[in-house]
Amino acid sequence: MKHPSPRRAASGAVLALAFAAPWGLPAQAQQPSPPATPSTVSTASAPGPRQFTLSNGMTLIVQPDRRSPTAVQMVWVRVGSLDEVDGTSGVAHALEHMMFKGTKSIKPGEFSRRVAALGGQENAFTTRDYTGYYQQIPVGSLEQVMKLESDRFANNQWPDDEFKREIEVVKEERRMRTEDQPRALLGEQQSAAVFIASPYHRPVVGWMSDLDAMTPEDVREFHRRWYVPANAAIVIAGDVDVDKVRALAEKYYGGIPARAVPVRKPRIEPPQRGIRRIEFKAPAEQAYVSLAFRIPQLESIDAESDAWALEVLSAVLDGYTGSRLDRALTQGPERVADSAGAYSGLIGRGPQLFGLAGVPAAGKTAAQVEAALRAQVARIAREGVGEAELARVKTQWVASETYKRDSVMAQARELGSNWVQGLPLDADPRMIAKLQAVTAAQVQAVAAKYFGDDQLTVATLVPLPPDARPRARGFAAPAGELR
Amino acid sequence: MSLSRSKPAAAGRLLRTGVLAALGFAALAAQAALPIEHWTLANGAKIYLVSSQALPIVDVEVDFDAGSRRDPADQAGLASVSSTMVEKGVRAGRNGEPALDQNALGEAWADLGAEFDVSASNDRTSYTLRSLADPKLLDKAVALAARVIGEPTFPDDIWQRERERLSASIREGNTKPATVAARAFSSAVYGGHPYGQQTTEATLARIDTAAMRQRYQQLIVPCRAKLSIVGAVTRAQAEGIANVMLSRLPGPEACTPLPAIAPVPALAESKEVRIPFESAQTHVYIGQPGYPRQDPDHFALNLGNYILGGGGFVSRLTDEVREKRGLTYSVYSGFAPGLDAGAFRVGFQTRPDQAAEAVKVAREVLAKFVAEGPTQNELKAAKDNLIGGFPLLLDSNRKLIGNVANIAWNDLPLDYLDTWTARMNAVTAADIKAAFARKLQPDRMVTVVVGSDPQAKPQGSK
Repeated sequence: MKHPSPRRAASGAVLALAFAAPWGLPAQAQQPSPPATPSTVSTASAPGPRQFTLSNGMTLIVQPDRRSPTAVQMVWVRVGSLDEVDGTSGVAHALEHMMFKGTKSIKPGEFSRRVAALGGQENAFTTRDYTGYYQQIPVGSLEQVMKLESDRFANNQWPDDEFKREIEVVKEERRMRTEDQPRALLGEQQSAAVFIASPYHRPVVGWMSDLDAMTPEDVREFHRRWYVPANAAIVIAGDVDVDKVRALAEKYYGGIPARAVPVRKPRIEPPQRGIRRIEFKAPAEQAYVSLAFRIPQLESIDAESDAWALEVLSAVLDGYTGSRLDRALTQGPERVADSAGAYSGLIGRGPQLFGLAGVPAAGKTAAQVEAALRAQVARIAREGVGEAELARVKTQWVASETYKRDSVMAQARELGSNWVQGLPLDADPRMIAKLQAVTAAQVQAVAAKYFGDDQLTVATLVPLPPDARPRARGFAAPAGELR
Repeated sequence: MSLSRSKPAAAGRLLRTGVLAALGFAALAAQAALPIEHWTLANGAKIYLVSSQALPIVDVEVDFDAGSRRDPADQAGLASVSSTMVEKGVRAGRNGEPALDQNALGEAWADLGAEFDVSASNDRTSYTLRSLADPKLLDKAVALAARVIGEPTFPDDIWQRERERLSASIREGNTKPATVAARAFSSAVYGGHPYGQQTTEATLARIDTAAMRQRYQQLIVPCRAKLSIVGAVTRAQAEGIANVMLSRLPGPEACTPLPAIAPVPALAESKEVRIPFESAQTHVYIGQPGYPRQDPDHFALNLGNYILGGGGFVSRLTDEVREKRGLTYSVYSGFAPGLDAGAFRVGFQTRPDQAAEAVKVAREVLAKFVAEGPTQNELKAAKDNLIGGFPLLLDSNRKLIGNVANIAWNDLPLDYLDTWTARMNAVTAADIKAAFARKLQPDRMVTVVVGSDPQAKPQGSK
């Protein structure tokens, strides 16, 4: 079953598609609005999250949830590949790896050993818009992980030799996630074709040649530049007392010297005035086609925007088993696709896209899938959507608001990703309300407005048949940067 | 795109290994007993309930001994495709309910805001339902689940289409080194046991909807059901849910035992499988048959595996292969204990010209660990993490139902979680060494290497 969530954009959750949107996570571009100090939100049955600004400008968000004696600490830094420049693509992610390699007082590997000894589980992640670190711990260990995490935020330090080995690990990660994954390679090329001035042009993991050329100093400089208190938020959820957490945050994080957040240059994407097409050949059995249409970027929750109706449109197309793309493309003897999906970028720090994608059924072509996907949007533009399907996707969103409370990790992730985008603490219920208010006429209107040729980039994966690859699985001539 | 420092939960089998390992570690701090209520219905179905009013959510899992291990060899994949097909339509109900096709079913679930899934693993076929606890929704969700479980149509035309889709997907998988390596490992390690059966285009071609219905009638019967229920329901409500969910399944009054399945045979000698494949990385598996979940060595093996290759960033394998040498992004070891002896495996992927070195290092780490066991410091660190981190394994309803279903499925004692800490604490370094020596023979393992010949042309960026 498919389970759409309006938060799949801002939360960074993996898409409920057989294929991820190739251009990565959506986000928002402007400087975030300053948080209220403190502000609070509550819901009927649980105390709501609270937000504070520490004396050095760092944000603290606390979400009590007393169901179990556990907690999660996340540190969100508003820096991702969006903030990189040519020649050092992948440095935000490489830094994320190096953050495990020590501080002035902690030796390489020691961070993970200490978290493990506390009974904790940990990891970190990097996207286009942000970098995050987390530990899930028995609540009694919260102070120790706050001490550890604040130390590496401020004092990350390691010898060059550690970097030399870790950058090889990062390259293996790139090989695993991208180089041996034809659809990921296609997605990388599609992003590079869609975005010209926007840094979304580059892959989060970085081009291989940039990883080859990356220096320890590139990584250190990126840390010095972006890991400043006013560019980060601590999110703590679980069996905690708000006042105690606030005191601990002041103690461990509040003393990190305040520094200015670097000025972000806008790097505005120039207008697209005509369809773009790319093809990518790779060893695969099945073709694949991905369509990316430019859509408006949400400026704030309160602003009127077509983004809400576009989100509803994507759910009507692909939000549940038996939704429109399923029925029209993947069923019956004459079906055109083995799978099909839709995706709408709702919120992000950079420009947003609406995606349609599909895998042709045996005997069908990518061109047929492309036409069939567009025909479904055109049909909505022509005929509109039914009240029943509109109500259905809204019902799912409302239910998902309850289900997500089952996980403190999910709650922390949502609060952190909303902060990254400059959204308020109560963003989620307000977003649900916005989606609830979308009418059938609005869905029909956006289907008619955003899906012409001029704002479209089509990327097609062309399988290399066995006889065209003398080496069983060789990349004949990929683009220069990839190798 | 979200990149993460640790290995991804990628391939299904690997993820499954992780899940089983996590369940195996589930324990309970003395002060936080998890009260599991257990009883048997008149029809023989067994119920395991944890009533928790903290959230207005109800989770139900219904398990049957109907995993892929019971697939006929020439119809490998039958359990899996049957579970897909269950959701493709229900016939008109005996109380006059209209038939529902796959789309009507999908709409009905969405309208209820409920989540329903059917899946098959090696051992079980599982039906899972998550619903809001609001009786107006829950009652309808349970009734709909009962129809899907009890009245599936297995429509023939849809199976023709599904078979084509799955066949295409198998062909696509064959172009991926990770899939090829995983299949080759399973085939080599299980020596004819059904755990190693591979679904192919040929086995799919031999499956028809009549086979699905016949299998369903034999295996999906109330007297063999195990229901785990977690959430905002009372015992009486839980019994009502269980009765309704199984109410449309025909079945015998009493179950006769299913045929026994021969144990996984031990490997007589080491095997090397090398498959040339032009890819950016070479994929490697090293392993052998492991142990069934009921084995008394389970605690020592799980604790030991944490130290060897299960403990995220702090294991010996991660330290030697990744941290010290930068040879891979992800390296791990794991057991997969089930009703039968699921395989132990070490897995990683690396640039082809480094594969020989990485295999050598991984084998040395494994052999040394089996020969010498862990150090006292390693044992303490493992206990600190696993016992100390116990509350993390129970801090959501999702995790709770996983633990409850694990206890139910493996016939573990109801106080399993209450006694777990003490049993973990009792494991010594000598116990681990002895258990690994009993279970693993590093000189008689399967090694699968799928990748290009580094002599021919180095891949990668260097």
